[in-house]
Amino acid sequence: MDVRLWTFIMVGISFALYIGVAIWSRASSTRDFYVAGTGVSPLANGMATAADWMSAASFISMAGLISFMGYDGSVYLMGWTGGYVLLAMLLAPYLRKFGAYTVPEFVGQRYYSQVARVVAVACAIFVSFTYVSGQMRGVGIVFSRFLEVDVTVGVVIGMGIVFFYAVLGGMKGITYTQVAQYCVLIFAYMVPAVFLAIMLSGTFIPQLGFGGADPASGVFLLDKLDGLHRELGFTPYTDGTKSMIDVFFITAALMVGTAGLPHVIIRFYTVPRVRDARISVGWALLFIAILYTTAPAVAVFARANLLDTVAGQPYEEMPEWFSKWEDTGLITYEDRNGDGNIQYVGDAAENELTIDRDIMVLANPEISRLPNWVVGLVAAGGLAAALSTAAGLLLVISSAISHDLLKRALKPDISERGELLAARISAAFAVLVAGLLGINPPGFVAQTVAFAFGLAASSFFPVIILGTFTRTMNREGAIAGMVSGITFTAAYIIYFRFVNPAADSPENWWFGISPEGIGTVGMLLNFVVAFTVSRFTPSPPASVRELVDRIRVPGTIEPGG
Amino acid sequence: MSDTNAYWSRNLRYLGILLSIWFVVSYGFGILFADALNAIRIPGTGFKLGFWFAQQGSIYVFVVLIFVYARLMNRLDGEFGVAEE
Repeated sequence: MDVRLWTFIMVGISFALYIGVAIWSRASSTRDFYVAGTGVSPLANGMATAADWMSAASFISMAGLISFMGYDGSVYLMGWTGGYVLLAMLLAPYLRKFGAYTVPEFVGQRYYSQVARVVAVACAIFVSFTYVSGQMRGVGIVFSRFLEVDVTVGVVIGMGIVFFYAVLGGMKGITYTQVAQYCVLIFAYMVPAVFLAIMLSGTFIPQLGFGGADPASGVFLLDKLDGLHRELGFTPYTDGTKSMIDVFFITAALMVGTAGLPHVIIRFYTVPRVRDARISVGWALLFIAILYTTAPAVAVFARANLLDTVAGQPYEEMPEWFSKWEDTGLITYEDRNGDGNIQYVGDAAENELTIDRDIMVLANPEISRLPNWVVGLVAAGGLAAALSTAAGLLLVISSAISHDLLKRALKPDISERGELLAARISAAFAVLVAGLLGINPPGFVAQTVAFAFGLAASSFFPVIILGTFTRTMNREGAIAGMVSGITFTAAYIIYFRFVNPAADSPENWWFGISPEGIGTVGMLLNFVVAFTVSRFTPSPPASVRELVDRIRVPGTIEPGG
Repeated sequence: MSDTNAYWSRNLRYLGILLSIWFVVSYGFGILFADALNAIRIPGTGFKLGFWFAQQGSIYVFVVLIFVYARLMNRLDGEFGVAEE
C-alpha cells in the first residue's frame, strides 16, 4: 500500500478514537466543563498534561531544531522539562487546594482585586491565542504535506474535530481525548526513533544509541558528528555558539514560562486531592521525558544520516525524498561553483544547500527508508500533538470568558445552565477565531512564541508564588509587579523583533541576553517591584492571611497552636 | 509556633534541598560547568559529561525529584494529620 493510503488509515482510525472518547465523556455541569468534575486520576491527568503540553512544535520541530543547533538545543530540552519541578513544588499543590476553576480566579481572590483579575484574564487570553493559532497551522501543514489537501481544508477538518469534543465535553472530554492522543503521539514518535537507533547504533533504545557507536566503524556517533562538523566548518555538535549567559537566561525563561502557562496549570485543578496534584506532575513529566530524552537522540541520528547522504555528494545521485522536499521549497540547492556536487558547509559564502528544520522529523522515515505505515503513523502523531494542545488552550480561553468575565464580573447571578451554555458558546467562538488565525496566520505568529513564554514568566509565575509563599504581598504590589514585568519584557522583545530587527544581535543585547531569555529579567523585575511597592502600601486584610494559611496545607489544620 | 508554621517550615526545607539539586544538575552541570565536565566521558559511551547532563541527565533527575517530593510531602501530611480524606 502506498504512503497516502496508509496515512488516511492511520489518521482515520485515530480521529474515530477521539470522537468515540468524546461521546463517552460528555460534560453535564460547569464543574465537568471547567475541571472535569475534579475526578481525574493522577496517572490519567499526567498523560493528558503530557499531550496538552507537547505541541506540534515539540513533535515536529524540536528534534530538527536540536539537530541544527547541537548543544545549544539544550535550552529547549531543559527549559521545557525543568519547569515541571517548579510546578510540582511551588504551584500545583497550592492552586489545587485553593480549588478554583481558572488562574485569574486565584489572582483575583488572593489579591482581593477585580483589576488584578482582569489583567490576568487579558494575559491568559493573549498567551493562549498566540499559541493556538500556531497549533491550527500545524494541523493544516500536516494535512497538506501528507494527504495532499489544501492547508485551509486541513485547518477546517482540524477545527471540526476540536469543535466536536471541546464544545461537547469541555475539560472532561478534552482530558480523555488527550489521554488517547498521548498514546498515539508517543507511539508515533518512538517507532521511527527505534528503527533509527537500530540502523545507526545497533541498539534499540534511542537514549543509549545517542551515546553509541556506528556498528560498521566503531566510532561513537557524537565523535563522528563533531569531526564532520569541524571538517565542514560548522561549530562542533557538542559545543554551542550561544554565550553561556544567554543559554542560562533562555533556559530559565522557558522553565519559568512553562510553569506559568495557564493551560498547563489548570490541568492540576482536575485531580481530586492535593497529594494527587503533586504526584500527577511527576507522571506528567515522566511521560514528557520519554519524548524529550528521545528527541536529542533523533536529532543526532538525523544529522548523521543527512551529512552522510548529502555532504559533498553529486546532486545527480540524490535519492527520491530529496527532490520531493525540493518541490515543497523546504530544501533548496544552488550549484554555486558549478561542480555538480553539494557543498554543505559552515561558511555561508560557499554553502549551496539550505534545509528547513521541520522536515527532519517528518522526512526521517523516508530518509531512512522505513515502511510506509510508519510514515502514516508519524502524520497521525503530529496531528494528535497539535489537536491536544489546541484543545487545552481553547478551554483556557473559553473559561476566561464565561467564568472570569461573565460569571465573576458582568453577570454574577447567571444560572448554572446559563453559564454552561455560555462556556460552550465561547469555546465555539474560540475554535473559530483559532481556525481563522491558522488559515491566515499573522506574520508574527512564529515570533511570538518567545513572547508567550516571556509573558507567562514575567506575569503569572511571580504573582502566584508570592500569593502562596508570602502572607504580606498585597494588591498594589502584585499589580505593579505584573504590569512592570510584562511591560519590560514586551518592550524588549518588540524593540528587537519588530521595531529594530537590524539591531537584534548579541552586541546590542543587554548583558548579551537575547529576546528569548529576557523573560527571566522581566520575572526578576516583577519580584523586585512587587516587594518594593508592597513595603509602602497597606497590608492585605486579615481574611487574605487566613486564605494563605489555608492553601498551604492540604487538609484542615487547627488554627493557633 | 503553630502547627501550620511547623508544617510550612518543613516544606520549605524540602524545597530548599530539592530545588538546589534541580539548579545544580541543570544550570550547574548542564550550563555553567558544562565545558569543564566535558573533559570527562561517561565510560563506554560517546557522551561528554556536561553535554549529557544538558540533553539527558538533567531531565532524568527532574523526574526523580518530583516523585521524591511527592513522597516526602505525603509522609509530612501524615505526620501532621493534615492528609485529605
